[in-house]
Amino acid sequence: MRRRWPLVLLLALLLPTLAFAQAVRDPSPMQFTDQAEADRFHDLAGELRCVKCQNQSLADSNAAIAQDLRHEVLTLMRQGKSNAEVKDYLVDRYGEFVLYRPRMDTKTWLLWFGPALVLLAGAGVVVNVVRRHARMGAAGTADNAKATAAIDEDQEW
Amino acid sequence: MTPIEKSTFSRWVPLLAAAAIGALLLAGVILSRNQDREALPSPLIGKPAPAFDLPVLHDASYRISSRDLLGEPYLMNVWGSWCPECRVEHPVLTRFAETKRVRVVGYNLKDEREDALRWLEQFGNLYFVVLTDYSGETALDWGIYGAPETFLVDAKGVVRWKHVGTVTEQILDDEVIPLLDRMDAES
Repeated sequence: MRRRWPLVLLLALLLPTLAFAQAVRDPSPMQFTDQAEADRFHDLAGELRCVKCQNQSLADSNAAIAQDLRHEVLTLMRQGKSNAEVKDYLVDRYGEFVLYRPRMDTKTWLLWFGPALVLLAGAGVVVNVVRRHARMGAAGTADNAKATAAIDEDQEW
Repeated sequence: MTPIEKSTFSRWVPLLAAAAIGALLLAGVILSRNQDREALPSPLIGKPAPAFDLPVLHDASYRISSRDLLGEPYLMNVWGSWCPECRVEHPVLTRFAETKRVRVVGYNLKDEREDALRWLEQFGNLYFVVLTDYSGETALDWGIYGAPETFLVDAKGVVRWKHVGTVTEQILDDEVIPLLDRMDAES
């Protein structure tokens, strides 16, 4: 009997927090069968964009359409659809806009590779500058060496 | 190239790079300025309208399917008695429906039957027929995410045009009527 006390205490501490978190997050809480389903759902909903309030994810939005779409996503998941299939379902109806991570195609390649191109250009500039300085430094050292050699020769002579 | 020429050229490089980035940002601002940010382009344009089978508002025992509407184009207007913008476009759509240019089908979204009927009684029923979708399930297939939204479907059942937000006289004159003329010429 004594052993159970820590567990009971822990549950008592957790319960109000859970209830509060749900009340704030979602006016119509989703019912999940297990934690794995809940985790998968939250990952997926976090990657999908709400079509109505466009700077929120499907997981964060309280718009009516976001609630409907959340329930639809869960229904599709329970039908055994993969994450990719769920995304395809939404893209077919609402367009690429719903994806926070846009797909790679001719329209989005600049979006995907633009930063890398800018980074490469920057690296090119840095390499160029470093090389030029190195060349100037080396030329300077060579000149010094020559001068020293000349002095040495002078001295020897 | 003499060293002096080279140094004057490289002095301009940062300025040119900054100007290029500035031009890019300016282009972004100009491109996004006139666009209605709330409106999403529909991926359904040019594709067959989703299959549906919905009860009619005025007689719920009677249902209309997507097949029933084939043969002639129709303008489908999504509305609800809860939607204030729908009241704004209502007189515009009424005048357009009176020209009998095309069938205007009402799509009553997420509404209460009594409220919807009262709304139509108060403002006038411009629709050829009103379909009801209280749960909003079929609306997901259409990519509907609010009201008002308006679709133009051709005689073969292909979605040709969609507008999110209030329909104005200008939109009808500039977009819908020319498209209807083109669709007439096609058939």
